[in-house]
Amino acid sequence: MDLINFEATELRLGLPGSTGEQPEKKSTPSPVNTNKRSSSEMDSSISEKQDSSRSPPPTKVQVVGWPPVRSHRRNILQGKKSESEMGSGIYVKVSMDGAPYLRKVDLKVYKSYGELMKGLQEMFKCIIGLYSEMEGYKSEYAPTYEDKDGDWMLVGDVPWDMFLTSCRRLRIMKSCEVMES
Amino acid sequence: MVYSLPEEVLEHVFSFIVSDKDRNVVSLVCKSWYEMERWCRRRIFVGNCYAVSPSIMIRRFPEVRCVELKGKPHFADFNLVPEGWGGYACSWIEEMSKAYPWLEEIRLKRMVVTDESLELISTSFKNFRVLVLSSCEGFSTDGLSAIAANCRNLRVLDLQESEVMDLSGHWLSHFPETFTSIESLNMSCLGSEVSFSALERLVARSPNLKTLRLNRSVPLGKLSTLLHLAPQLVELGTGAYSSGIRSDVYSSLSKAFLGCKEIKGLSGFWDVDLSYLPAFYSVCSRLTTLNLSYATIKSPDITKVISQCPNLQRLWVLDHIEDSGLNALALSCKNLQELRVFPSDMYAADANVTLTEQGLVSVSQGCTKLQSVLYFCHQMSNSALITIAKNRPNLTCFRLCIIEPRTPDYLTHEPLDIGFGAIVKHCKNLNRLSLSGLLTDRVFEYIGVHAKKLDMLSIAFAGDSDLGLHYVLSGCKSLKKLEIRDCPFGDTALLANVAKLATMRSLWMSSCAVSIGACKILSQKMPMLNVEVIDENGTLDSKLDSCLVEKLYVYRTVAGPRSDMPGYIWTMDRDSSSRI
Repeated sequence: MDLINFEATELRLGLPGSTGEQPEKKSTPSPVNTNKRSSSEMDSSISEKQDSSRSPPPTKVQVVGWPPVRSHRRNILQGKKSESEMGSGIYVKVSMDGAPYLRKVDLKVYKSYGELMKGLQEMFKCIIGLYSEMEGYKSEYAPTYEDKDGDWMLVGDVPWDMFLTSCRRLRIMKSCEVMES
Repeated sequence: MVYSLPEEVLEHVFSFIVSDKDRNVVSLVCKSWYEMERWCRRRIFVGNCYAVSPSIMIRRFPEVRCVELKGKPHFADFNLVPEGWGGYACSWIEEMSKAYPWLEEIRLKRMVVTDESLELISTSFKNFRVLVLSSCEGFSTDGLSAIAANCRNLRVLDLQESEVMDLSGHWLSHFPETFTSIESLNMSCLGSEVSFSALERLVARSPNLKTLRLNRSVPLGKLSTLLHLAPQLVELGTGAYSSGIRSDVYSSLSKAFLGCKEIKGLSGFWDVDLSYLPAFYSVCSRLTTLNLSYATIKSPDITKVISQCPNLQRLWVLDHIEDSGLNALALSCKNLQELRVFPSDMYAADANVTLTEQGLVSVSQGCTKLQSVLYFCHQMSNSALITIAKNRPNLTCFRLCIIEPRTPDYLTHEPLDIGFGAIVKHCKNLNRLSLSGLLTDRVFEYIGVHAKKLDMLSIAFAGDSDLGLHYVLSGCKSLKKLEIRDCPFGDTALLANVAKLATMRSLWMSSCAVSIGACKILSQKMPMLNVEVIDENGTLDSKLDSCLVEKLYVYRTVAGPRSDMPGYIWTMDRDSSSRI
């Protein structure tokens, strides 16, 4: 017997299209789909599950309202997930006063302001220095960004996650210009 | 000859009778007691806003001060109730604005509230004190501005988990400078920034402020300012619990928490930055309530926190706590009464967290005062459930959600019937139960036999046949709310238990096997029920009796059919007239 096709010839009880490893979740056994529902349908799917292993299931179709988690909690959790799992990064233009051309950075690569500063410093071979609430940046340069509203803000005031969603572009200003404006 | 006490004496005696059940019983004693009672009833709770009409309520109870209403069915929380279903607070507020000039408190849950209604509230009730809008929607920050501007004696403004159209953060500035009465402010559901200076000034002039729940956008750096202004706070909800790269935030926050000697409850904690966690350690020993359910922090860090909270009574947390954290909870928190563990990842079958049934078993063993459980997990066994049941016969609320539907006992691959059976058998005061996992009709037999005090039951993806539903409807004496989805329950059980439905508040059945024919029969037999079929897809053929219904909501009412039903709802009355 051709072993490769063994599974295809195997007889088993179950809903059409279901495999042996894991019960088919796609066919949400909603009896509404059939006018006559017999209890044997449920029995066969029960026996299926009894020999299911914990192997990873096929890609799931999300059942509406399941698991029973309130929408706003679900949104917050899913918001977190999509941020960390998004394939595309958050690319923003970075300009530096005096530099002949702009660069682009993927903010997703950085997990904190510290990492971002390090990355920018390496990119522009400059020293940006430490940040303090009262005095801004103690160095020749100050990193600023344009937010969603079009305002130019000093980098570092808001939590990192909030910065990620509101930053549109970066500009490393010369500190003397910061004082003047 | 019957002697009765003078009215003044009766009124005085009745003023001590507070619970609705008792007051209802009192009103049934005789006509004069009925009259007496209705004139002095001050609080009304309407569990289903369509069960009675505003005018009926007002006619019977003319001197009410506090009204609480609930609208949409519970499954609306999980998007099972389509848009436009109903639950409008409008007509209630309009009629009360005319009939109850001395109304002080309005509490609404799962209702649709408009800005116009909020404005009406703010101008109609001179002594208005408490507004709680829990899981409501339909209003904006403009409505909140009206409340702020006009309610001179407001004590409580609680927007718990409502969906508010956030037009601006300036609504808070509408509280006049002379307004100092606020005791509880919960704005945690708001998305946009509120004017911080307005918030600061409000907190500064409110000496009675005991509960303050901020929204995510209030920066951590500002929290210490608020805490210094309100050291009397008992319940605090933080905003985002992380900050930029500022070193001074931690020290001022830590100092601020030290000054708050009354804090017993903490919540908030969005976007937690671990380095700021120790800032609130100084309040841990006093904490009775801790809600970390938005904090994605790992088990060791959670454990560090809860092992400093010996007086904890209520803990809400994500499954990041893992079994190890729950073991620590069982050791440290001997006064724990309520535990809720929420899923951090809703779809992965093999999640990254090691939270199993063992965690719950530990807690059931170590926390002898545990009464209420909500637990999301990926695996369960009958033996664990039996152990939990025997450990904690004092459980009153047990809600287990095994995330994958129809998951069997992972050890024996059997259904979880006997496990849940043990729960209902041992926990004689169980009033709320949510089932999950692989379940046959057997579990419902156990529930029908043992769960005599069960008030609310939630069932999903369970059972084999109508027998399951029949066991529940015929056995559960105290059942008031039954919600079912994706179960093979149908006409036979429903029609065999029609009288039971009149003793319940409501029944929800979706994706089950109920036919339109049965709905017609039910409507005919039980005129005191509203039988509403939701047909969102428009596929219902009401002429074909065997056609199955998508969703069914049945509830008792003295107000007759409601007049605000959307087009996708079928009822017997509507069936005779043509549908557009």
